[in-house]
Amino acid sequence: MNELVQSVQGFMYPDEVELQWSVLIVLYPFITGLVAGAFILASLERVFNVEEVKPTYRLALLTALAFLIVAPMPLQLHLGHPERSFEMFLTPHKTSAMAMFGFVYMWYLMVVLVVEIWLEFRRDIVMAARTTRGLLGFVYRLMTLGSMNISERALAIDDKTGWIITIIGIPSAFLLHGYVGFIFGSIKANPWWSTPLMPVVFLFSAMVSGIALVMLMYMATTWLRKRTIDMRCLDTIARYMFYTFVIDFSLEMLDLIHRIYQSDESFQSLDFMVHTRLWMSHVVLQIVIGTVVPLLMLAATQVLPLRDAVRRAIYASSGGLTLIGIFAMRWNVVIGGQLFSKSFLGYTTYKMALTTREGLLTSIVLMILPFFILWALVKLLPPWWETSGTKTAGGAHGSAV
Amino acid sequence: MSITRRDLVTNASKLLVLTPAAAAFLACLKGETAEMEPKYKMADHYWAMTIDIGKCIGCGNCVRACATENSVPDGYFRTWVERYVVPAWPDEHPDVDSPDGGKHGFPPKEKAGAKSFFVPKLCNHCAHSPCVQVCPVGATFESPDGLVLVDKTYCLGCRYCVQACPYGCRYIDPDKQVVDKCTLCYHRISKGLTTACCETCPTSARTLADLKNPNDPIHEFLRTNSVQVLKPHMATGAKLYYKGLDESVR
Repeated sequence: MNELVQSVQGFMYPDEVELQWSVLIVLYPFITGLVAGAFILASLERVFNVEEVKPTYRLALLTALAFLIVAPMPLQLHLGHPERSFEMFLTPHKTSAMAMFGFVYMWYLMVVLVVEIWLEFRRDIVMAARTTRGLLGFVYRLMTLGSMNISERALAIDDKTGWIITIIGIPSAFLLHGYVGFIFGSIKANPWWSTPLMPVVFLFSAMVSGIALVMLMYMATTWLRKRTIDMRCLDTIARYMFYTFVIDFSLEMLDLIHRIYQSDESFQSLDFMVHTRLWMSHVVLQIVIGTVVPLLMLAATQVLPLRDAVRRAIYASSGGLTLIGIFAMRWNVVIGGQLFSKSFLGYTTYKMALTTREGLLTSIVLMILPFFILWALVKLLPPWWETSGTKTAGGAHGSAV
Repeated sequence: MSITRRDLVTNASKLLVLTPAAAAFLACLKGETAEMEPKYKMADHYWAMTIDIGKCIGCGNCVRACATENSVPDGYFRTWVERYVVPAWPDEHPDVDSPDGGKHGFPPKEKAGAKSFFVPKLCNHCAHSPCVQVCPVGATFESPDGLVLVDKTYCLGCRYCVQACPYGCRYIDPDKQVVDKCTLCYHRISKGLTTACCETCPTSARTLADLKNPNDPIHEFLRTNSVQVLKPHMATGAKLYYKGLDESVR
C-alpha cells in the first residue's frame, strides 16, 4: 500500500489509491466482445443469406461457445467471495446492471448458442453416435438427447428452428455486449465511463474484434489443415470488418470530439491522463496501431487491385492489429477509468502482479483456455467436411466447400 | 466434605441467577444505569451530519477515533480529513493533501495560499445512493433511518459500489474481502450515543443530526446558514451538510 501511495501524483481520496478492477476485468469485456462479434458474423450467413461467409459459419459458432464458456471465469476469479456469486441468481438486485449478467449470460449460453449449435450439428451428432464406439460414442449418444431422427423432414424442422433461434440470437448478442458497455457507461461518478455512447461503442468494437478473430481462426485452421483459403469468403469477411470498424472508429472519435468540445470539469484531468499515463496504451496502441493502421490497410484492399497473397497478408496482419487495438480499448476503459481521482486532482498507477490470483499469469491462462476449449469442440464437432460430395458445409442448408 | 450432585446444581443455579443481578446492583451503586434493552425504532430517526468547515482544525482525532472504534485497517479510511490550500489565482488547482488520511494531523505547509482550510469527509449516506443502485445482490442497502449500510455476510466483493461512489468513501477490507465503509457508528447511535468522530471532535466541527427530531439543532443550522453538500450535481441526495464549503472542494 505504501508503495502505491508513493506512486500517486497530485491528490487522490485515500481509498482511491488502490485500483479495484484489475486486468481480469479487462479480459471480461474483451472475451464477451469476441463472443458477440463471432455470433453476429455467423448470423450474417444464417439470417441475411451472405453465402460467401458460409465456410466460417460453424467455426464462428464454436468459437463463440469456447469464449463464452471462459467469459465468466475472470469475473469469478476477481470476486472477493466467489462462493457467493450464485446469490446473483437467487436474489438479484433489480436496479443493478451487474445483477443482470447472470441472466443475460445464461440466456445467451443455454437458449441461443447451445441450442443453435445443437440444431446445426444434430445430423453429425446422430451419425457419429451411430458409428462411434467407446466413451466417445457414449458422449455422442448423450448429445443426441435420445433423438436419432435425421429424416429430411426432421432436418428441415431443425433448420427452421435454428433460423428462429438465430433471429432471437442477434438481439441477444447485442444485449450481451451492449449491457457490458452499460455496466461502465451508467456509472455517473466516473466521467471517463459515463457516456450513453459506451454500450454502442462496446457493441461495434465487439463486432470488429469478433469478426477479426473468426477471420484469423479461419485462416489459421485452413493453413493447419493444408487447404486453400476461400478468397471470396475472406474478402467478404474483411469487407464487413472494414465497414464495422469505420462505424466503431467514428463513434469513438465522436465521443472524443464531444469531450474535447464540451470540456467539462473532468476534461483537464482526463486530457492530462491520456497525454501521460495512457499515452502508450491509448494513443499509440489503441488509436494508431490498433485502429488507424488496420483501417488504412483494409481500405487499401477495398480500392487497390492486390494479389491474393498480398490481401491474405494484409488481412492477417490487420486482424492481429485489430485484436491488439480492441484489447487496448478495453484496457483503457477499465484501467484508465481508475487511474485518475474522482477529485480530478491526482493520478495513481496500476501495477500488475505476476503470479497472484488477478495477475499476468492468470490472464494469459484465461486467454489461452478458450483456444483449448475450441480445439476440443472442433475435435468433437468438426465444423468442416472434405469435398466428398456426401456431406455439406453449413449443415442441412449448406453447400460443399 | 463431599458435594452432592444436588448441591452442585443448586449452587450453580444460584450463581447464574445472582451474577447478573449483582452486576446490575453494583452498577446502580456506582451511579450507572444498567444497559437497557434497546428501544430504538428506526422509523423515528433519519440521520444526517452537519460539518462546519470553519471549526475543523485538522487534528485528526476523528480519523483516529473512527479507526479504533471500527477496527479500520491501516491504510484504509471510513473517515478522513483533507487540507486545501487554495492559490490566490482562482483558476489554478488547489493544493490538496491528506497524509495518512489526516490521522496524525498535518505537517506545516511551506507554500501558503490565499486561503487554507480542512475538510472532513466520510460516507454521505446518500438518499439516492449510486452504490446501493449498483450492488448486484442488494448487500448494500439504505436503512429506514437513512443510513447506507453493508451486509458483510452477503457482499460478493465485486467492487462495483466502490466504482459507483462519487466521493471515494468505500474500500475493500483486505482481510474479509468484502466492502467496508462508514456506518455512522450505527452500533453507537442506535443506543443513543453519538458517532466516535463527533464524540472526539474538540471543536464540534462535526455534529450528528437527526432530521426527524424536531428539536435537533440541525433545523436551525440549515435555516440560518448557507450549507452545501459535496458534488451536488451528482444528485445523490447526500446527507452531509457542510457550512462554509469552498467551491474548490471536490
